[in-house]
Amino acid sequence: MAETILAVSDLSVSFDGFKAVDGLNLSIDKDELRVVIGPNGAGKTTLLDMICGKTKPSAGRIEFKRADLTKLNEYQITRAGVGRKFQTPSVYDDLTAAENLEISYPKRRGVFGSLFFRRTREIADKIREVAQEIYLEDELDTKAGILSHGQKQWLEIGMLLMQDPELMLLDEPVAGMSARERDQTADLLGRISKGRSIVLIEHDMEFVRKIAHRVTVLHQGKVLSEGSMDQVQSNPRVIEVYLGM
Amino acid sequence: MRGWFSKGELFGYLSLAVLLLLIFPFALDPFRLSLISKYLCFGLVGVGLVLAWGYGGILSLGQGIFFGAGGYLMAMFLKLEASGKELPDFMVWSSTEVLPWWWEPYRSFFVTIISVLVIPALSAWVLSYLVFKKRVGGVYFAIVTQALALTLTVLLVGQQGYTGGANGITDFRSVMGWDITSDESKRVLYFIHVVLLFVVMGIGAFIIKSRLGKILIAIRDREDRVRFSGYDTAMFKAFAFTVGALFASLGGAMYSLQVGLITPTLVGAVASIEMIIYVAVGGRLSIPGAVYGALVVGFAKSMFSENFPTLWLFFFGGLFIFVVVFMPNGLAGVLDRFSAKKRSARETRLDVVAEAVPERTKA
Repeated sequence: MAETILAVSDLSVSFDGFKAVDGLNLSIDKDELRVVIGPNGAGKTTLLDMICGKTKPSAGRIEFKRADLTKLNEYQITRAGVGRKFQTPSVYDDLTAAENLEISYPKRRGVFGSLFFRRTREIADKIREVAQEIYLEDELDTKAGILSHGQKQWLEIGMLLMQDPELMLLDEPVAGMSARERDQTADLLGRISKGRSIVLIEHDMEFVRKIAHRVTVLHQGKVLSEGSMDQVQSNPRVIEVYLGM
Repeated sequence: MRGWFSKGELFGYLSLAVLLLLIFPFALDPFRLSLISKYLCFGLVGVGLVLAWGYGGILSLGQGIFFGAGGYLMAMFLKLEASGKELPDFMVWSSTEVLPWWWEPYRSFFVTIISVLVIPALSAWVLSYLVFKKRVGGVYFAIVTQALALTLTVLLVGQQGYTGGANGITDFRSVMGWDITSDESKRVLYFIHVVLLFVVMGIGAFIIKSRLGKILIAIRDREDRVRFSGYDTAMFKAFAFTVGALFASLGGAMYSLQVGLITPTLVGAVASIEMIIYVAVGGRLSIPGAVYGALVVGFAKSMFSENFPTLWLFFFGGLFIFVVVFMPNGLAGVLDRFSAKKRSARETRLDVVAEAVPERTKA
């Protein structure tokens, strides 16, 4: 039995009486790449929001390496080793790609640490290495605001790579990408999932089939089904939810 | 990696140094030079606002609070020294009979300097950290600071026996026995002030160029995202605001020293908004730009209010609207755009030359 890195138990949250997530249980193993799918409004993004601290749950526990994340705020959760990529690419438009990566370097994140932070050779090498990984080695001095949509998606993944989190939460990383960019991203995810756990939300079933270890299907804030892609796709309840039969 | 300063910035710093150190002190009469000193006090405030507002995105409409704090603290010292063993005159007029205990420490120049450096900065940090921690920001923070500036003015005017009321504190003579009223000592103070200004500009530039400066830009753009890069954004914003308050306090202290008075109008809402306008005109992303803004607008203010005192505020408002609409990054932004155009024009020319050169001479 593999070691569990994230254990979500009885997690609930409601917005104005609408239960977005309702008594959800989920467990992620170390080094696992888990894909979460489900129809719109199933609570996928809300689940990630609660893990990374953006939304506070009304009940339940989120245990990450024995720490209860529901008691920490966003930056403490980040420092504990959880990285989040948002659905719409969220990069710092007025900074260059290199500066975006530099800011994400996970050391000296206090006020005075940042004030006297210098880009050492080691950090510069790390920035170049990550840039190569995310296909942006020629765009390091480009302002992030003028990168293409797909490049921004990659840059945000690169920012996570700089942070080097043990658990990565990715919300639709291939949304809005061309077919070629999708393939490149699938390769990228394959490479970066080694040695860390990833929870990924995706709608593109072909893409999911390409990368997923295990798939969790959410519906109305609850886990509907869990297993390999083939297992969940042949589950009659999943078919019912997706096709409305 | 690119150099420390862009060409435009370098031009800003160098031209300012030449102007303030080589031209003004020799070309201007003592009266005009003292006006420059006055404008430069707001230049100090401006450098702080570049950090807090331009980079941190924190609009403070209450910078007068910290300017006034520095000014009044310095004024307390100067007044006590000018009064000698007597009670300060305004206290006598308001029938205050003993010196309040909290005036007592300001007999010491050392305590005064420490207070100017610490008290406004510490209050700014406590206030802003609590507010930012609650995730109150933007317009709401601006309103909070504006309200505090108004409140402080009312307090200063109301407590006449301790603060000199609406007239403020004036009639200073010396610093530790050194007469500060003569033209010669005003000249010395002017040079001390310019050196201080450049030190402050240097600190500001260091902050902007550090990783902290980039984090401030990131916070200005997308504060929510910065938390997920592992930063306590409230702490960074509070830091930028605190540095702004510190520089404003220095400006206020220099004002008391050089202009020879401090009044509640320098603390109030209008004065605080004026400080924002100086920076908007000069360029809120440029440190030398902010100092130029203080000089240019200060000069315009003197000219206008000497000649058309009633029209000044209309002109001022019009200027602000013009800047916001037509040059969002102020004078410095115009200069940058101009030099960028020239650069791209030159680069295209070089390209043409490169193409015109035959293959074999290139090798």
